[in-house]
Amino acid sequence: MEEIVLHVNGGEHRIDADPSTPLLFVLRNHLGLTGAKLGCGLEQCGACAVLVDGRSTLTCSAPVGDFAGREIVTAEGLAVDAVGAAVQNAFIDAGAAQCGYCTPGLVIAATALLTRNASPSAADVRDALSPHLCRCGSHARVLAAVAGLSTGAAE
Amino acid sequence: MNANPSLRKSPNLDDWIALEADGRIRVLSGKVDIGQRISTAVALIAAEELEVDPARIAMQPPDTDTAPDEGMTTGSNSIQQSGDAIRRAAATARRHLLGLAAARFGTDARTLEIVDGLVRDPATNRSATYVELTGGAPFAIPVDANATVKAPGDCRLIGGPAQPRGIADMVSGHAKYVQDLVLPGMRHARVVRPPHHLARLGGLDSETVARLEAAAIRIVRDGSFIAVAGDDEYAVVRAADRLARSATWKTGIEFEERDVFDQLVDNPRISLPVVDGMPLEAPVSRPPAPAEGAALSRRARYERPYQMHASIGPSAAMARDDDGHLMVWSHSQGIFPLRDSIAESLDLDPSRITVIHHPGPGCYGHNGADDAAYEAALVARALPGRPVLLKWTRDDEHAWEPYASAMAVDVAADLDASGRVIRWTAESHSDTHRGRPRPDAGGAGPARLLANRFRADAIPPLTPTPNMNHHGGLHRNLDPYYDFPAPHLVKHLVRGLPLRTSAMRCLGAVANIFALECFMDELAEAADIDRLEFRFNHLKDDRARAVLRAAADAIGWRRAGRPDDLGQGLAFARYKNDMTFAAVAVELRVDDQARVRLDRAAIAADSGQVIDRDGLRAQLEGGFLQAASWALYEQVRYDRDGVTSRDWETYPILGFDNVPEIDVIILDRPAAESLGAGEAAGGPTVAAIGNAIADATGLRLRRMPFDPDAIMAAARR
Repeated sequence: MEEIVLHVNGGEHRIDADPSTPLLFVLRNHLGLTGAKLGCGLEQCGACAVLVDGRSTLTCSAPVGDFAGREIVTAEGLAVDAVGAAVQNAFIDAGAAQCGYCTPGLVIAATALLTRNASPSAADVRDALSPHLCRCGSHARVLAAVAGLSTGAAE
Repeated sequence: MNANPSLRKSPNLDDWIALEADGRIRVLSGKVDIGQRISTAVALIAAEELEVDPARIAMQPPDTDTAPDEGMTTGSNSIQQSGDAIRRAAATARRHLLGLAAARFGTDARTLEIVDGLVRDPATNRSATYVELTGGAPFAIPVDANATVKAPGDCRLIGGPAQPRGIADMVSGHAKYVQDLVLPGMRHARVVRPPHHLARLGGLDSETVARLEAAAIRIVRDGSFIAVAGDDEYAVVRAADRLARSATWKTGIEFEERDVFDQLVDNPRISLPVVDGMPLEAPVSRPPAPAEGAALSRRARYERPYQMHASIGPSAAMARDDDGHLMVWSHSQGIFPLRDSIAESLDLDPSRITVIHHPGPGCYGHNGADDAAYEAALVARALPGRPVLLKWTRDDEHAWEPYASAMAVDVAADLDASGRVIRWTAESHSDTHRGRPRPDAGGAGPARLLANRFRADAIPPLTPTPNMNHHGGLHRNLDPYYDFPAPHLVKHLVRGLPLRTSAMRCLGAVANIFALECFMDELAEAADIDRLEFRFNHLKDDRARAVLRAAADAIGWRRAGRPDDLGQGLAFARYKNDMTFAAVAVELRVDDQARVRLDRAAIAADSGQVIDRDGLRAQLEGGFLQAASWALYEQVRYDRDGVTSRDWETYPILGFDNVPEIDVIILDRPAAESLGAGEAAGGPTVAAIGNAIADATGLRLRRMPFDPDAIMAAARR
């Protein structure tokens, strides 16, 4: 056990944890942020994605010790971010979720994409979402919701 | 006798609807929301009949102490059972409340108006809210199954826009799934699994056990069922890994490795004739001889491998033993049968168990949810007083969920000189699709819970018996909806197959419609008739013709010739021959690496009166994409050491890289009964893709999945 300082959703948290613990377990069990989901533990499905210094990052395997001092934003923290909030609203408007288990990870990936590129092409959107799996079949709605936020999208 | 089984079981208005003091209306449904938005649809129905804003409707999460027992949430039945029951309950309540208001105001009920739950007498301007009228007392009247429900033309909400319930919490990460639950004093738990279901525990390494126990890890052992529990989740994960590595297993008889498609047609089986969608307790007659005057005869075998539900979130459950009363939080689709099956397994009275439904990741049928619930219950009983949150791992979910059975479907037909089908035979071979835990003869409930196979007092798996229901299990949609002369249909329930199977979305309809609808294309080609025309030639039903026409128009159906490398295919089915009509058309290409790329899809559906329009579209789109994944990517693999499809690399599914433009066309029939739609698109999708591949490449693929290996193998033949 050691003390690790994490910056999550704008707050600073001192956490006592084994630094080899995957970040996901710390977010969920120490901080109560369960938006990021455990889907596989193998970095194959994307359900555990959060923003780390603005990039969509999988958290189910990477040790918490690697994240000390870095800026972490989970799905719960996106509402105060203009891009994040727009993505969340676009998902709601498109009805782009069924069970919703993969949704926070997709919202994170879309926010990261649109933050670094305000006018992604359809291919950019597909590439950004390709680390993510969805089983209910909301893919088409998710793609449309994200593409619709591209400043390059047809009005 | 009421035709709706939900109302037969729960005949009282108070079983379904309760008025809250704050003006909200609590609606109780026994059907669970698994992402199919049944709660959104049911709330719309209740709000419509009760004349209130849908925001006033509070859907009560079902539990076995308070919810109406509506059995399983399966078979696309929820709108026709729960939706119908709540519609009639709400109509009964409205009439009753109007009666109370009329008495209070001394007027005729017919003169009263209702605005968002406020009943008003326009003559005197007197008004009262619903709960003021009842004084908060229960209704204490039965649901009148004949209560007048709103005419389609009077509906304000049904069929209109509706935001899916809970979606705001889903996108913000605040939606809580079973996996996210926290209770005071909770322990986390994981199960240590054998290599396969025939293996039994040799032993655990005593030093490892001692080390783990010294680190406050609790080890629960009951025969070959082993679980670990502790306060810190990641410590439990590591403890389970250590214990698994230290365990020795007696693998006994090796896991059977014979080709399942040989086993399906060679193994012992129970064979029954199927007539009008019903199996008969009768000997199977010989297949009819080729028809007199046959100009053309064809036969073919279509095959589906074992496939899995492959939920994105591994199953989980919370359980707590409170002085002998067992509380279980589960994402099961059947909380009542689960409660009774756990009770029977533990020799408890069902009144001493409460199962509370809590949302989980999408399951699409009988996945690991029920097994996880029972395992959590076992651990909670061994460690009473504190709650236990037991989670399956990705490996558990892939390797231990009950799969959709592999199937082989033999079809044969004769055409006359004009291209009309004059003989049709279809024989479907499969293991059971009915493995959900529910009490039945021979201790079926306990025998269908996975952990019971491994407990010291082990219960072997149940030998399945044929499902005799209309379009049940393996004979679902075996009976063609086309106007053929009486078809010769046989269901073969095959014994001795290697993997555990149960219900997955669409059940036998996937393989049966795959066979039927691809074979229709084969026959059309043989007769040199356009594939759409060939279907119309055998289809008098206007609603069926309309969905086919709509899908074909939307895709831009080409009657002849293929100007480019784009293949087109279409397929039709009416789910169970009495639910939603669906036609699917696709346009695709096969790239130079033999990968199928989906370009466009059109889904046309007629579900009668539409309740939640966007929810219906979402079910059709989702059904299409899941079935496209089955068609192109999915196959459970195993060898003599057990299942080898244990993660997303060894069991790939459709990703964001192969999603077509999807056009959904809803054919409105507001005056017709609402029909279940959740499984309508699956079978036609698989067949339409198979047909489009044949159109694009000339290769007829009769075994799923249509992956590059299959396409290259077909090209070499």
